[in-house]
Amino acid sequence: MPYALCFLLFVIGLYCAVVKKNMVKIVIGIMVMEYAVNLFLIMLGYRLGGIAPIVGKEDVAGAGGQVTDLFVSSSVDPLPQALVLTAIVISLGSLALMISICIRTYEKYGTFDITEIRRLKG
Amino acid sequence: MSIPLPVFIAVPLVTAFLLPVFSSLGRKGKAVATVLANFVTVSLLVMAVASIGQFRVYEVGKWSIPLGINLVLDGLSSLLLLAISVVSAAAMLFSARYMEQYTAKAKYLCLFLLMVAGMNGVVLSGDIFNLFVFLEIASIASYALVGFGCEHEELEASFKYMVLGSIGSIFVLFAVALVYGNTGSLNMAYISKAIQGSGLNAGLSFAMALFVVGFGLKAALVPFHAWLPDAHPSAPAPISAMLSGILIKTLGIYALARVVFNVFGVSVSMGWLLVVLGLLSMVAGAFLAIGQEDFKRLLAYSSISQIGYVVLGLGLGGLIIARDGNVAWASLAILGGLFHLVNHAVYKSLLFLTSGSVQMSTGTRQLKQMGGLAEKLPFTRATCTVASASIVGIPPFSGFWSKLILVIAAVQAHFYWVAAIIVFVSLCTLIMYLKVQRYVFLGELPENLQQIKENKGSMLVAMVFLACLCGLMGLLLVPALRSNILQPAVDVLTDGISYSANVIKMSMKV
Repeated sequence: MPYALCFLLFVIGLYCAVVKKNMVKIVIGIMVMEYAVNLFLIMLGYRLGGIAPIVGKEDVAGAGGQVTDLFVSSSVDPLPQALVLTAIVISLGSLALMISICIRTYEKYGTFDITEIRRLKG
Repeated sequence: MSIPLPVFIAVPLVTAFLLPVFSSLGRKGKAVATVLANFVTVSLLVMAVASIGQFRVYEVGKWSIPLGINLVLDGLSSLLLLAISVVSAAAMLFSARYMEQYTAKAKYLCLFLLMVAGMNGVVLSGDIFNLFVFLEIASIASYALVGFGCEHEELEASFKYMVLGSIGSIFVLFAVALVYGNTGSLNMAYISKAIQGSGLNAGLSFAMALFVVGFGLKAALVPFHAWLPDAHPSAPAPISAMLSGILIKTLGIYALARVVFNVFGVSVSMGWLLVVLGLLSMVAGAFLAIGQEDFKRLLAYSSISQIGYVVLGLGLGGLIIARDGNVAWASLAILGGLFHLVNHAVYKSLLFLTSGSVQMSTGTRQLKQMGGLAEKLPFTRATCTVASASIVGIPPFSGFWSKLILVIAAVQAHFYWVAAIIVFVSLCTLIMYLKVQRYVFLGELPENLQQIKENKGSMLVAMVFLACLCGLMGLLLVPALRSNILQPAVDVLTDGISYSANVIKMSMKV
């Protein structure tokens, strides 16, 4: 069920990016898609009642420094969190570029409406 | 000589961020920055040549896979590395003079090197999320470069490219998430191993579809091509050369081929899908190109058509492999596709550079406003003719050989209609480039263009370098060179999912 809702969010973002006429709204649509994917990644690693994946003294057992089975079976997967952090930084970069292009375009054309920004054709 | 693999990514990346410092030093700083950037691209070319024919795995930070990220240099990667460094060295040399028209040259050089670093990262990465990160580095740099002029058209094209490109990237990220959820690994070798063990389920098939759409958007395959004819002409000429010459191939074709052939394993339906996408791109691109009046726009549409050839070759090979057909036939088809990829990288970037030279001299891109430039721009004319002869497929220039291989492969595998379409699209290409020659270089010289001069210096060197390659690329088929450069790349794709076993075995040795 949460996965379906997450996919719904993705589709809403895609719809917004494809259908809307306003440049800023298109950017918002793309960001909604981005967040839907980030949410999906976080959900992949999540488990109900999980603990933070940080190994403390009480989680280590045995001579080889192995972590306990309890820790392995109850901690959440840390990898998707690292992926999401990276993805957020990347999307921040592209968001900044997109918004600055929007501002420059507004300065040139005086509008955000993509149906009026049509010098290229063919 | 074995060069550490991260050097290919680290050198352009570090230099890219050093260059803007020089812009504060005035004229002299700008010259130093230009020389430094050229030095980086040329040394990348030398290193790429030095690492031909090697198979190496590098583990980043000594973390063994699947825990850490690995970089893999195999035949396909080194072929692409070579193509990237040839095109970027030529385009960088060209921009040394061409970019004098623009302000903020240091920023341009910075973005250029970032794009090179991103592309090198994509071809070397053995980790699927890492591939996504480098794909985004290269893409974001290219969005900014398309809008570099900051005029009406450039901004519009850049926005369009950025929207479609971002949607493509998000699709890829979503697919990566699905793959991780279903296989529990991000390393391509281990993903492939997991898929071989469990087979494809619904989630993985959906991920595959997302990969095709995402990389298809980056490669501008028809029907995902809408951004390309706007974005490529709007960029400064050396960047158009980079985008059309190599960026769409690295981010699109290479990534798609790697995922389809080496990670998921090619299936009959996937093979057909690639063949159909390839044929659609070839035919639609060629028809749309013939009607164009804008020099660079015509070249951009022709890129779509030529990308179609590459995908067709790969698709035919994949189809034959998936049907358990003759491996020699499959390898011939893939050889044709990859050879065409390299050839197209060289001649299309040369064509864009000549268009830049024409535009710099005449100040226009409209074919109908030019004419009779053959006398005024003799070197541009000569190199443009060589590149046109290559793309049309006139022996002995490079394009002829790759198209010939594709036709032979199609006939051998009994796809006669495919061979017929290849020949037909070649005829359309001939019409396109006759039109270019006729309007730009032949006919009457208009009044207002009497005084123009050809730009010499670094621009000329870059164009002549690529033109020589166009003439000599046919030699890659000579057995000694072929078995070192092209064949290892073909073998990577025909071996398909044994990539995983090779990489894992290799990293055990390290």
